[in-house]
Amino acid sequence: MADSTRALARRGATQGSSVTPGSVTPWEYAPAPESALIGRIKPRYRMFVGGRFVDGRGGDQATINPATESELAQVSWASADDVDDAVRAARRAYDTVWSKMSGLDRGKYLFRIARGIAERARELAVVETLDNGKPIKESRDADIPTAAAHFFYHAGWADKLEHAGFGPHPKALGVAGQVIPWNFPLLMAAWKIAPALAAGNTVVIKPAESTPLSILVLAEIMQDAGLPDGVVNIVTGAGDIGSYLVNHPGIDKVAFTGSTAVGKKIQQSLAGTGKKVTLELGGKAANIVFDDAPIDQAVEGIVNGIFFNQGHVCCAGSRLLVQESVEDEVISKLRDRIATLRLGDPMDKNTDIGAINSAEQLSKITELSAAGDAEGAHRWTSPCPVPDKGFFFPPTVFTDVSQSMRIAREEIFGPVLSVLTFRTPDEALAKANNTPYGLSAGIWTEKGSRILGMAGALRAGVVWANTFNRFDPTAAFGGYKESGFGREGGPSGLAAYLDTDSDTADEGAA
Amino acid sequence: MTLFRGDLAHRAGPDSAIGAIAMPCWCAQLHHICRVAALYDRGMGSPAPVALGDATSTRPPATSAASVAVPPRPVLPPHLAGVTADESALRRFLHGLPGVDPVGVESRAAALATRSIKKGSKLAALDLAISMVDLTTLEGADTPGKVKSLCAKARRPDPDDPSTPQVAAVCVYPDRVSIAAAELAGTGIGIASVATAFPSGRSSLSIKLADTRLAIESGATEVDMVIDRGTFLAGEYGRVFDEIAAIKAECGQTRLKVILETGELATYDNVRRASWLAMLAGADFIKTSTGKVSPAATLPVIHVMLQAVRDWRAATGRQVAVKPAGGIRTAKDAIRFLVAVHEVAGAEWLDPFYFRFGASSLLNDLIMQRRKQLSGHYWGPDYVTVA
Repeated sequence: MADSTRALARRGATQGSSVTPGSVTPWEYAPAPESALIGRIKPRYRMFVGGRFVDGRGGDQATINPATESELAQVSWASADDVDDAVRAARRAYDTVWSKMSGLDRGKYLFRIARGIAERARELAVVETLDNGKPIKESRDADIPTAAAHFFYHAGWADKLEHAGFGPHPKALGVAGQVIPWNFPLLMAAWKIAPALAAGNTVVIKPAESTPLSILVLAEIMQDAGLPDGVVNIVTGAGDIGSYLVNHPGIDKVAFTGSTAVGKKIQQSLAGTGKKVTLELGGKAANIVFDDAPIDQAVEGIVNGIFFNQGHVCCAGSRLLVQESVEDEVISKLRDRIATLRLGDPMDKNTDIGAINSAEQLSKITELSAAGDAEGAHRWTSPCPVPDKGFFFPPTVFTDVSQSMRIAREEIFGPVLSVLTFRTPDEALAKANNTPYGLSAGIWTEKGSRILGMAGALRAGVVWANTFNRFDPTAAFGGYKESGFGREGGPSGLAAYLDTDSDTADEGAA
Repeated sequence: MTLFRGDLAHRAGPDSAIGAIAMPCWCAQLHHICRVAALYDRGMGSPAPVALGDATSTRPPATSAASVAVPPRPVLPPHLAGVTADESALRRFLHGLPGVDPVGVESRAAALATRSIKKGSKLAALDLAISMVDLTTLEGADTPGKVKSLCAKARRPDPDDPSTPQVAAVCVYPDRVSIAAAELAGTGIGIASVATAFPSGRSSLSIKLADTRLAIESGATEVDMVIDRGTFLAGEYGRVFDEIAAIKAECGQTRLKVILETGELATYDNVRRASWLAMLAGADFIKTSTGKVSPAATLPVIHVMLQAVRDWRAATGRQVAVKPAGGIRTAKDAIRFLVAVHEVAGAEWLDPFYFRFGASSLLNDLIMQRRKQLSGHYWGPDYVTVA
């Protein structure tokens, strides 16, 4: 490859480049892998309770690298007794230390954690990519810096809660039980832990069973920051442990990010308990492209919307609604662009699309895509090569999709885009809102008034205009309808961890 | 024959002679005005293209014996022929091109700039970049000696390593072309010259044509013209079109690079419009900058121009070349541009015929990085020759 391109260069020069075009030889990028050693992966990881790493009583389980299907490390899992211990530790920390500490001092710990994440960013990025399968480019440039940003942002709030709009003396809730998903392991931990701590709560958090490593590195950072024992406790395990945690009588607040099915169960079981709940669930976002859109950037936004993190994004723009008058242009450009996406080794710095997180998720994507074929949609698959080993699914676009098909209604949670068309803004709106979900939406148009009009009428918690999948700790994120309720990020994200209902806190609103 | 006769004729002056030609109103072709969207439907395989100037038989002969040659019209496919019919058609077409979202194009350019190019692919990129350099000197102080020295550098960029590719061309002022032509005879290295009242472009068309003629008659194999940015920003696209077409006609077979001076056009929308305007008027290359205005060649601007040549090829089947110039000083920058070429326009543009770097100091950094790739250690600037 290199030699042939060099030969091309010489030929071009010596034969008179000003006169004749040379024949084109492909320019292949040499592998540029990040070193796995930077991750300092240990053979075994333990849960973190009461400020110490302890063995769980749920036995050891392997966590695998989804790009190679080989074992990465053993992880000690929690039992129900361990969750009891963790909740007790969190309660003790809340009663004796954290609730008595000034906001200024709480903020100092959060700043220290934020700096710790930034200092160990490279290590964390490698850990995240090895355990999750996402490309190193994304863990390096998105997940880890944004996680640090959430701690920095909330550190600033810790001593300013009385100015957040929740009355003069907003109070913490107590112990928060949190369950997070596998798609952004460290970032979701930051979204949950940072506001909880800033608002004065202590935490028991359970990472996803397939991605427990990065949060356990975060535990080291919190330990190094001198965070008082028991303020954050991490219990590892599967859904049963998560269920035990959220139903635990010793917690005051539940925050869950994950599937709508599990979210519904949580809400049912917590009804009447008085626990404050926030749920961030699934989505089937419409990304709406009008004929006056900046087409090239819209194509980028569509790609970013559905192929960022292999489409494992609850707010992914999985339904493209394109105005019929520009459909051919948009689809043609979109296919050309998708064909340039590089799928493969997530540790390669030039990889755009990494591995699907688990065999289970891969089979779900495969099954739903087959349903797309069966229901008569037209499938197009990127011609990119797919590795033999590991869980990979090539970027896929379904056209001729109608609103009644499963691929238009169900969350695929993978790199699969369903394309629908519309004729008028009203029709776009009707189709966009015609879903049980309501997490996010995108609008692409150069017409400012249309952006404002559509944003107001879309029933989605987050609406992006001429961009997609932008996350910022200062902006509230959350859903409508079956996408859940409650917000994360910004002042309204703090409200989820404060007692905003009692008499002492009714002087302001979020 | 100029398209916008009336417009030019009203502006009495040295150029008025070339405008004194009657022209039919081609309103009938206005229905061809379309967004780029429609171009794709019609596809590249459209019937034989018709010359824009096909209607000459209906016109009276030129009434002036001006020395200005009658420019042959650029040949456009039928679905685009109407867009240059008159000022309003051209305006509607250019303003109907999809807008460019600055935040989006800048973030895409920044993201693509993180590509990690290593080992063999880096060496290939360095060699390719060297072979794409238009080695440039455009100073008031350019002496014959300076130009000769530049030509020697172009022939043997790295005397210590004969396997180093030659550069694509040297780029000099028109009155220095003859020196370069003598120095580079038989080498295959092109001689580019900046004509048309470079860098401002603020002169009459006849002077610009004479400038172009001087360059070509002295031996230039490529002409780098500047567009009239003032006229473009005033919205008189037809006049800019006419001027490019006239210079192209003067060039004949000599390849024409059209400098948009994107730093003065200021917005990405303008860059896109100017790119299409230049290609409609017959540009063989679209080039970012003179190098005399800052900002010069930036990655987002190149993204917009690469999108334009890609879309132009999809619409017409013709591949136009691109040249960033000014501000590209390091091998790292050059490789970022090549990645953009590769992933935005396509591998077909990774060829010195279709992509150039207008630069002077870039070449030595490319050579130093090339030596580093081959030898494994870094070299100081005293180990490479200055031009």
